[in-house]
Amino acid sequence: MTLIQLILKSILNRKFTVSLTVLTIALSVTLLLGVERLRTESRTSFANTLSGTDLVVGARSGAIQLLLYSIFRMGDATNNVSWQSYQTIINDPRVAWAVPLTLGDSHHGFRVMGTTVSYFTHYRYGGDHALRFTSGAPFSQLYDAVLGSDVAATLGYTLGEEIVIAHGSGNMTLFKHDNKPFTVVGILAKTGTPVDQTVHVTLEGIEAIHVDWQSGSRPLPGLEVSAQQAAQRDLTPRSITAILLGVKAKTTTFKLQRFINEYPQEPLLAILPGVALQALWEMIGVAERALIAISLFVVMVGLTSMVAIIITSLGERRREMAILRSVGARPAHIILLIVGESFALALSGALFGVLLLYALLLVAQPLMAAQLGIYIAIGWPTSAEWQLLGAVLGAGLGVGFVPAYRAYRYSLADGMTIRL
Amino acid sequence: MNIKMMHQSNMAIAINNLEFSWSKEDPPTLLIDNFQVSSGERVFIKGPSGSGKSTLLNLLGGVMTPQRGEIRVLNRVINHLRGADRDTFRADHIGFIFQMFNLIPYLSVVENVLLPLYFSAARRNRVLQRGTALQEATRLLAHLDLDEHELQQRAVTALSTGQQQRVAAARALIGAPEIIIADEPTSSLDADRRGAFIQLLVNECATAGSTLLFVSHDSSLESAFDRTITLCQLNRAASRKQLASIGA
Repeated sequence: MTLIQLILKSILNRKFTVSLTVLTIALSVTLLLGVERLRTESRTSFANTLSGTDLVVGARSGAIQLLLYSIFRMGDATNNVSWQSYQTIINDPRVAWAVPLTLGDSHHGFRVMGTTVSYFTHYRYGGDHALRFTSGAPFSQLYDAVLGSDVAATLGYTLGEEIVIAHGSGNMTLFKHDNKPFTVVGILAKTGTPVDQTVHVTLEGIEAIHVDWQSGSRPLPGLEVSAQQAAQRDLTPRSITAILLGVKAKTTTFKLQRFINEYPQEPLLAILPGVALQALWEMIGVAERALIAISLFVVMVGLTSMVAIIITSLGERRREMAILRSVGARPAHIILLIVGESFALALSGALFGVLLLYALLLVAQPLMAAQLGIYIAIGWPTSAEWQLLGAVLGAGLGVGFVPAYRAYRYSLADGMTIRL
Repeated sequence: MNIKMMHQSNMAIAINNLEFSWSKEDPPTLLIDNFQVSSGERVFIKGPSGSGKSTLLNLLGGVMTPQRGEIRVLNRVINHLRGADRDTFRADHIGFIFQMFNLIPYLSVVENVLLPLYFSAARRNRVLQRGTALQEATRLLAHLDLDEHELQQRAVTALSTGQQQRVAAARALIGAPEIIIADEPTSSLDADRRGAFIQLLVNECATAGSTLLFVSHDSSLESAFDRTITLCQLNRAASRKQLASIGA
């Protein structure tokens, strides 16, 4: 008979209340670790919204603003990048590839983005994932469109669908480019990035639907240019909204960035997307910090209820303490007995909590990947998770001293006298 | 002088000028000028509730310490020992049996009997010289008429009160401590079981050579013991209180 056996037998004797306590702790631990894992994964996923792109270039504004409108399709560009500047940049020897982006129109609230076929080869997200087509292929004709997965799912579009693009952004646009419809030729797989909510068309397509428009308003009757006529014209854009750049050698990134930022002909801004994404996450990451704080509180509630339950049980266990004292137990043994119980409960709570987390992850992983595009790796707990688990166990051990001290006081007062 | 020392060394318990009170403001609960029990003696201590019985037992067990005087157990002044040493001393040399609910409810019969061996290396070694701890527990239980194997594995809460008290006796006796202190161990038993229990206890103490202190308010049990001490007379604090209540 060791003290550990004594502790375990005593716990098993109170299976029901103890298992409820363990369940409370387990659930709180699952919540804590779940939130921790989710926030790490979503931060990684967010930071990986755009990867493989070394610089994002737009008209001079703020780094976050540029990131928001070019990558997240939020808000509008204050200014454009002229076609000449674009040509200069893509002909720079340090540039490996460049993808132009043109924004401004929408379709049923989804942003329409003009770009080139190279977008589908160079856009990378979530580490090194390339865009993948669930059906169809990249555009080849002037009036072809490729839909993000959310667009197709929400609007119920399939290949061959003809869509009309509205002028301007937002759901309540007054003017539609209804004489030049686009045909859906491809639908992209879920990425968990803003790509899912984007309608991709050709850069020239965007130019074509605006060819007869004068200073942003609909052509007057009789001055309209048909889709076929438009296709005959020179559709080289005068300006674009932003450029995604890849460099040949990473070491030249900063030099190229400075070159673009100091470009004399036009005020331009080049940003490192990773840095801007981090800065943006710092701004919107308040929620995740609030979540982790809440789950820490839930763990504290779990441990507090454990202390309450142990203290309640002490009343019934005073006799047990007196018996142990009479057979030679020291007050230190009594303290160890109670602290040991508290630790054992916290330990089994943590253990069950981790098991529950992994069970949930196994169920949720495919759903999360399909619905949200967030891929949660099921691996060993990360060092941050080990630290949280350690903190839970440490707290379990620490709070055990509260009932232990009470039991110690009781046993000093009672001695071997068994009070009923 | 020599004779007195010889005499002292044969004493299991010797109390001198003892004074104990719960706090400084309270009047003393226990005032004992002189009380001695020889080694191997079987003493009946008659003490109704309020005579300071529990206090005396806690003092003998070293769970509490007196404000004044000395308590000598097996020639050690235990009230001068450190707390942890008093606990070890109790575990090594004294076996206790209480009135009722003596057993740890979540341990089996045998585990309850073996419990003191965990806290006392001396008693463990004494048992291991003769065989295994389990053998000794089984032997003691058999001596106390609890020799069915099934009974020994049963949860203690499933035992009758009489059986529980015999398990408690086996636990007090295991490892042959020099002193057995029984506090009203028979008060929850039927009259006819009482005698049998005391007989078993007395026999076991005789076999092990243990000194037996048997506390009860029931004078009809006196006959099985070498001598009777009335705690109310021994404890001046209690007799004073008694006189006061008579005076009122």
